[in-house]
Amino acid sequence: MAEATQPGSTPSVSSAPLLQVQHIELAFGAVQALSDVSVDIDAGEILAIIGPNGAGKTSLLNVINGMYYPQRGRIVFKGVERSKRLRPYQVARQGIARTFQNVALFKGMSTLDNLMTGRVLHMHTGLLSQALYWGRARRDEERQRAYVETIVEFLEIEAIRKTPVGRLPYGLQKRVELGRALAAEPVLLLLDEPMAGMNVEEKADMCRFIFDIRDEFGITCVLIEHDMGVVMDISDRLVVLDYGRKIADGPPHGVRTDQAVINAYLGVAHADA
Amino acid sequence: MLQDSLLDTFPKLLLARTRQHPNKIAMREKDLGIWQGWTWRQMYDEVRALACGLAAMGLVRGDKVAVIGDNRPQLYWAMIAAQCLGGVPVPLYQDAVAEEMQFVLEHAETRFAVVEDQEQVDKLLAVQEHCPKLEKMIYDDPRGLRHYAAACLDAFSAVQEQGRCFDADHPHYFEEQIAPGCGTDLAVILYTSGTTGRPKGVMLSFDNILITSRNAVAREGLRDDEEILAYLPMAWVGDHIFSYGQFYCAGFTVNCPESSATVLQDLHEIGPTYFFAPPRIWENLLTTVMIRMEDAAWLKRQMFHFFMGVAQRVGARKLAGQSVGLLDTLLYALGNVCLYGPLKDNLGLGRIRLAYTAGEAIGPEIFTFYRSLGINVKQLYGMTEASVFVCVQPDGAVRPDTVGTPMPEVELKISAEGEVMFRSPGVFSGYYKNPQATAETLEDGWIHSGDAGYIDAHGHLKIIDRARDVSRVADTHGSLFAPRYLENKLKFSQFIKEAVVHGQERPYVGAFINIDLAAVGNWAERRGLAYTSYTDLAARQEVYDLIQGEIARVNASLAEDPQMAGAQIRRFLILHKELDPDDGELTRTRKVRRRFVAEKYADLVEALYGPDHQITVETQVVFEDGRSGTLKAELLIRQVGAEAPLAVARG
Repeated sequence: MAEATQPGSTPSVSSAPLLQVQHIELAFGAVQALSDVSVDIDAGEILAIIGPNGAGKTSLLNVINGMYYPQRGRIVFKGVERSKRLRPYQVARQGIARTFQNVALFKGMSTLDNLMTGRVLHMHTGLLSQALYWGRARRDEERQRAYVETIVEFLEIEAIRKTPVGRLPYGLQKRVELGRALAAEPVLLLLDEPMAGMNVEEKADMCRFIFDIRDEFGITCVLIEHDMGVVMDISDRLVVLDYGRKIADGPPHGVRTDQAVINAYLGVAHADA
Repeated sequence: MLQDSLLDTFPKLLLARTRQHPNKIAMREKDLGIWQGWTWRQMYDEVRALACGLAAMGLVRGDKVAVIGDNRPQLYWAMIAAQCLGGVPVPLYQDAVAEEMQFVLEHAETRFAVVEDQEQVDKLLAVQEHCPKLEKMIYDDPRGLRHYAAACLDAFSAVQEQGRCFDADHPHYFEEQIAPGCGTDLAVILYTSGTTGRPKGVMLSFDNILITSRNAVAREGLRDDEEILAYLPMAWVGDHIFSYGQFYCAGFTVNCPESSATVLQDLHEIGPTYFFAPPRIWENLLTTVMIRMEDAAWLKRQMFHFFMGVAQRVGARKLAGQSVGLLDTLLYALGNVCLYGPLKDNLGLGRIRLAYTAGEAIGPEIFTFYRSLGINVKQLYGMTEASVFVCVQPDGAVRPDTVGTPMPEVELKISAEGEVMFRSPGVFSGYYKNPQATAETLEDGWIHSGDAGYIDAHGHLKIIDRARDVSRVADTHGSLFAPRYLENKLKFSQFIKEAVVHGQERPYVGAFINIDLAAVGNWAERRGLAYTSYTDLAARQEVYDLIQGEIARVNASLAEDPQMAGAQIRRFLILHKELDPDDGELTRTRKVRRRFVAEKYADLVEALYGPDHQITVETQVVFEDGRSGTLKAELLIRQVGAEAPLAVARG
């Protein structure tokens, strides 16, 4: 990124946070995945969640996204408290989209078709008229396709429109998955390790896309990432989890020097070797 | 075609074409997955708005405007808009790094830059402080530039908006600026990439480009319904002639691909009728076809080979207008339905009426492959300094080893030293701010091409090598010795990977050969020949026999040519190791460093001209992990050419 890019690092915080996660407790049997975790996510920020393996990062995303129901705690999205048993598709309909740690695409379908599945929430015609591809259904499909094309252009994947995603290299599959999440026109985008397994160049591309997603689409991004260089570069704020607890929350450079974080990562406090 | 001699600049042609057929599609670009078109009328409006915007920003006659980016209609408009105001566009290679751009921007004293996107803006901002003349940067794609605060940045659309206001206030300004332009004005400065030293700015006038373009359009019969794909760098003179000069002269449609990664798909969708590609692209296309055929079903593969055989026999003759037998005609027609048609369509070459290849030598098999499919691909010889066109193979008389006959109004001569020289209306007026280089290249209107060549019995120009590499063999005739020409001929064999020939001041020509391990290895396996390594395989008698056959073939083709007959290869050896950039024998771009090889293997060179048939050699090699070792081998030296038709040369 050029020096000239100085994104207004603190977007308007005057209003209430976009999403509030308060006092979440999540346990699987005896395993306590999350203990009393609270995070506020402000509109327009890029928030990174970091932590050692098994710290509860993905669990937290799964809670936000409605895959897991926490035993305790509340989630407030756009100022409205979420009812206890909201299904993931209902959460998606509210405007929260995500990508997965292991790419979860339809391998046999083309890039375009995969992106079109991201538009399902925005299609308003019935099964029968879609099958007949007639009248309103046709116009609807054309509208959806036009939106998908803006995503294709944005992610620079014009050359693989018609390629079955199973044949694409891993880095491009990740990009298609991001495209599908974007196609849903979310307000909040959850990215689970978007750069895992990528080479340096692919990572740089992905960083640029995340910046541009925030700037061009105005989408708030929450990401889990292990590459500390990347995290320091792109996030406005860091949340650090360790053993299911939040141990730090703040701007990247403050968090980096936090003693609790250093201990969690280097294991100083309780390591003998 | 608009022949009016009053139309002596591109802006005047723009006005004339817009009046003549306002609703014809001028340019297309694929955007959001759909080909979007601009008619001449629409394009005129866009150009007018942009030109007025530039005028409002202070562009005056003589200002230089840098144009940087992939082939985009907006960037082509920027060039014509600058010319409308009497400015001079300076297109730059879009993949150049910032420092390279800095030199050109500084040297050309550009005041304005019209660029494609953030990538280019970042580069310009990085070197801006070293380019004091550069005042304004105009970008087309705003993505990622939202937070850039630099005052010198303007969006393309904002400049056009400003232009529309300016136009409303000064309704006659635009036409008034176009009228005084004339043919002798400087139209464009194209910087040649230059393998040695700094790039040089070639100044071309409207007359240079227009007359050359018109001549080419007339000779090659280009029409206004041609479709072309503009995918080669805008800074390269070829694109400037094909997608700009001839576009305005002939009035055909220019199509801009969606992105550089989608060119092959866009080629398929557009199906151009007029197409240029360097040899590399023709090779790549052929390789994809061959690989896909290997994977095809048995029946398809058989059909492919059978009909390609027919095509090789019949296709080229048909294209040359020669008569072919009834059976062959029928077979070719059948092949056209079963194979040639679908294959060409698949590659996007189905509608081609005229295609060119140029830049370097193209392998004869590749060239023949396309021609036998019925694709009229021809070799072109040109230079930036001549507005491209010098020679083109004429329709109906394409000889694969020549670059054809001179274009209209081009005079050709060979200097006493064997250098190709020419004079034409397309010849440039000089290098910008570089009188010394101009004097070296331009002499009384004649250009020193730097290429060695000669005109054959049919009046076709044959290029053999760079002039400075050419010397003579110390035989009785003093035959021409053109190393790269010989090496290329050898390398066209699939079994020969590299070749280094010797012959300067020697009684005859000798060669070092590197075999192609994959191809020769495959050949050996099919014959049940066991081998352990490159060195082992290279020393085999059978392999020597194989290579001797290839060299005899090269000799036979050399013997056909009285000028080259004396340069036949008389002795050769197969090197015991592959030439390698790690050992300094090749450059990183895999070109042979001939002098280095000759010094390193001086004893082998001597052996080529000595009496022995065997020599023991020891060589230091560097392995991939950086360790070095010694390689020891017995090398054979073979005599070739007892039966080679040397008689032609002697007689």
